[in-house]
Amino acid sequence: MRYIRPSSIEDAVGLLAEASGKAAVLAGGSDLLVRMKGGFIEPELIIDIKAIDALRHITESEDGFVIGAAVPCAVLGENAALRRAWPGVVEGANLIGSKQVQGRCTIVGNLCNASPAADSVPALLAAGAKARIRGPAGSRTIAVEMVPVGPGKTSLAPGEIIEAILLDKRQPRSGDAYQRFTPRTEMDIAVVSAAVKLTLDDQGVVQSARVALGAAAPTVLLVEEAAEILTGSRVDDKTLDRLAAVCSGACRPIDDKRGTVEFRRKVAGVLAKRVALAAYQRAGQK
Amino acid sequence: MNFDPSHSKRSFSSVGTRPIRPDGVDKVTGRARYGADFNMPGQLVGRILRSPHAHANIRKIDTSKAAQLPGVKAVLTAADLPDLTDGDAAMYDILDNCMARKKALYDGHAVAAVAAIDARTAKQALKLIEVEYELLPHVTDVDQAFAPDAPLINDTIFTTGVDPKPDRPSNVLMRSQFGHGDVDAGMASADFVVERTFKTEQTHQGYIEPHACVASVSSDGTADLWVCTQGHFVYRQHCAQLLGMDASKLRVTSSEIGGGFGGKTHVWAEPVALALSRKVGRPVKLVMTRDEVFRASGPTSATSIDVKIGALKDGTIIAADATLRYSCGPYAGAWAEIGAMTAFACYKLENVRTVGYEVLVNRPKTAAYRAPSAPMAAFAVESAIDELAKKVGMNPIDFRIRNAAQEGTKASYGPVYGPIGIGPTLEAVKNHPHMKAPLGKNQGRGMACGFWFNFGGQTCTDLNIGKDGTVSLAVGTVDVGGSRASLSLVAAEELGIDYSQVRTVIADTSSLGYNDMTDGSRGTFSSSMATISAARNAIKILRERAAQMWDIPVEDVTWEKGHAVAKGETHGNLPKLSLKEIAAASGTTGGPIAGHSEIVADGAGVSFATHICDIEVDPETGATKVLRYTVVQDAGKAVHPTYVEGQYQGGAAQGIGWALNEEYIYGKDGRLQNAGFLDYRIPVCSDLPMIDTQILEIPNPNHPYGVRGVGETSIVPPLAAVANAVSNAVGVRMLHIPMSPPRILAALDA
Repeated sequence: MRYIRPSSIEDAVGLLAEASGKAAVLAGGSDLLVRMKGGFIEPELIIDIKAIDALRHITESEDGFVIGAAVPCAVLGENAALRRAWPGVVEGANLIGSKQVQGRCTIVGNLCNASPAADSVPALLAAGAKARIRGPAGSRTIAVEMVPVGPGKTSLAPGEIIEAILLDKRQPRSGDAYQRFTPRTEMDIAVVSAAVKLTLDDQGVVQSARVALGAAAPTVLLVEEAAEILTGSRVDDKTLDRLAAVCSGACRPIDDKRGTVEFRRKVAGVLAKRVALAAYQRAGQK
Repeated sequence: MNFDPSHSKRSFSSVGTRPIRPDGVDKVTGRARYGADFNMPGQLVGRILRSPHAHANIRKIDTSKAAQLPGVKAVLTAADLPDLTDGDAAMYDILDNCMARKKALYDGHAVAAVAAIDARTAKQALKLIEVEYELLPHVTDVDQAFAPDAPLINDTIFTTGVDPKPDRPSNVLMRSQFGHGDVDAGMASADFVVERTFKTEQTHQGYIEPHACVASVSSDGTADLWVCTQGHFVYRQHCAQLLGMDASKLRVTSSEIGGGFGGKTHVWAEPVALALSRKVGRPVKLVMTRDEVFRASGPTSATSIDVKIGALKDGTIIAADATLRYSCGPYAGAWAEIGAMTAFACYKLENVRTVGYEVLVNRPKTAAYRAPSAPMAAFAVESAIDELAKKVGMNPIDFRIRNAAQEGTKASYGPVYGPIGIGPTLEAVKNHPHMKAPLGKNQGRGMACGFWFNFGGQTCTDLNIGKDGTVSLAVGTVDVGGSRASLSLVAAEELGIDYSQVRTVIADTSSLGYNDMTDGSRGTFSSSMATISAARNAIKILRERAAQMWDIPVEDVTWEKGHAVAKGETHGNLPKLSLKEIAAASGTTGGPIAGHSEIVADGAGVSFATHICDIEVDPETGATKVLRYTVVQDAGKAVHPTYVEGQYQGGAAQGIGWALNEEYIYGKDGRLQNAGFLDYRIPVCSDLPMIDTQILEIPNPNHPYGVRGVGETSIVPPLAAVANAVSNAVGVRMLHIPMSPPRILAALDA
């Protein structure tokens, strides 16, 4: 096994593209190292991207936020501007694993691990976040929902690395929120989860909405029908009940050691209601 | 035994205080050596290959490719472990469990092992071992295994304890029965009856430290084993017998222990490590992974229990009946028998009957887990008692107080109780502020009682007094919960010196006589009794030496507060001699001063506890939150109250985890789905409130200080206390443990 720590994204992409055997990109390692120790994968090449300076920062500009691929989730929680603009994204990132894990793990890693239960991904989907990809053929930017294509599988081409996540700047009268269900208070993985992002008009009516569900299908789901129900509403009880029903119906969950189909369906609806209310409250405060 | 262990009332100066534990600093600084912290020059890494199948004939094992891999020094199969058990069926089961002989009996069953120069090579070697399996039908569920048409796990098993003897084999190993009176007549006269069937899933002890050992067999046939265990003398006995060694040739040293809870009373990897070392002539270190710990070590029984209890209008329980089915893995066990003995032990009953069935399943061999078998039986009985109290129209405490066992009660499992703590713990709970605290929406309160036998057993202790007058105490019961601190307190108490003057160590098997394991809550109970006896023997010698120094008859010398005191008119004016002064002179008065003790510590006093739990349930998701938890338990005499409280809290925490989320989940393929701490959910700190404790002291008449074991009883009531709390919160009786959110939600929606 070879371990290389390149100092530029070009070198990293070059190494990855040239790799003949199984190669893995290492940022926090909270998925990769666990999978290696468990004997699930044995990469021949590990490319550690943490020495690439450009990937280690959160930058804020006129257009919004650029979160580098090597930024640990704990750093997201310490960024006041990001927390103010995208509290739902930050709360998702700060639910992963434990405090110690959050000091290592990254949202790009969470996205590329392509687990439907990934804690940071539903809020990124709801937020309309984009992934900036570098590869042998150059650079491209896609919506985050285009990245995972199935459990453990992404749409990235050979040699491609996601270098950053892009989020819009703080929008007026907008709010987002994320909640997951876990039997434990921490050190756990979502049995089912939901994220909602809302933008209100100046009358307090929902102008636009995005709703995402985690651990409810092979990939994190963007539920457009749920967004339509919220749009034009004031997130009243009736709307919430319809939202819950649509979210429950949109689930395509499985029975497994973490939960049953019935449980996931029901709780997906419950969580959708709760996060919609939380997002609505946040949107009304700005 | 030249020693009177009976209790007499006295005052204490050291016992009952709370000094810092002697092993604490090393543990918090990382210096303490646990099982995996031992290393030897030239040591190899051992690894075990495990069956991925729940039930399969092993047709052939080809190890040739693994043996040829560079860096591999030894490959081992059952063929390297000849059967030396000489008709001892229990030992044969241990041998077969350590390395499958003809059949793989569960997912995780060891089938081969390697020793290699490093972990990577060892891991690679395992992949090169080719095992040809012939798959057999399997059964992992206790009720399915109990059914007459279940796949047979062992065709030589014909249920014992039934008349007539069955004419065909089954998975039901044994039927046992306890009780007295006429249950059927009693039940017929009852005004109210509750009848329910309960189920509990299998749990693991969940110790944080995986099994680990280093084995070194020398070419002259002597051997050393460093190991994380609750009983190094028992490990020596088992390993020596399985490997055909003289016990004296094998020295076993116990490491610090990162939790055992009964799970480290059984050998798994140790005989394999010794056999590998013997084969290759180098030390072999074998450390289980967490996956192996879950798949192959531990766990407790899964159960299915029918309970029927009848009461009269005045609140008297007139009849109690239970049938208990416990899984014991694919080997013999007596787990249902213990469940049947403990089920109704808290109550004074005229008519009581319990029947236990041991059921074979394709799961790991059931191991002891803290008060083994009692928590599940208590869950079933205490749930039914709560329901019955409601039917009778009494509150659950008064109903239990009315029916609680007392001194003189004939226990449901046979003996007549001496002075016991069930009544006092109930009265204490009744008067506890927790019982009167208000509850909010979706919140419920539950209570439950629990019983455990406690155990004494064989114990050997050496107390050596140094030339400077400080004391070394060598004990053979592994310290799992602070017993070194407690035993130092006892030695200091008896000798009349300060705690700081005593250091207690756990001696290896070549340095002390045989000791039973630290199990049955016996560590502090039995070793404190042996320590008192050893100290009294040392005091006898100290008096003799003082008599010699003074040149007076020993009968005129007494021992008071760490000093020899001359008595009588002729010598009363002699200045007293301190232990230090006598020790300093020992070289000229007869040599080293020591006290020894070898005892069977009989008379472990039975133990009772009552717990209270407040819980909040989210009715939309089934999520639970334990809001408040109180443990009241009889300790007889708390030697070191902080560590007694620690035992109370630890047992409660484990019981809460068992009640709410912990369970072995098997797939249809008979494979364990959650062999790791992510999906086997023991509670984390933020899942629990600070657990409140109250120590009651009802002296055990059979111990000089009145001590009772305290380690296990605390895990007995929580399953029921939590289940009663959840049932009260949601208004539906919970019948299946763990009450995971999907199960609660399903019960609410049913």
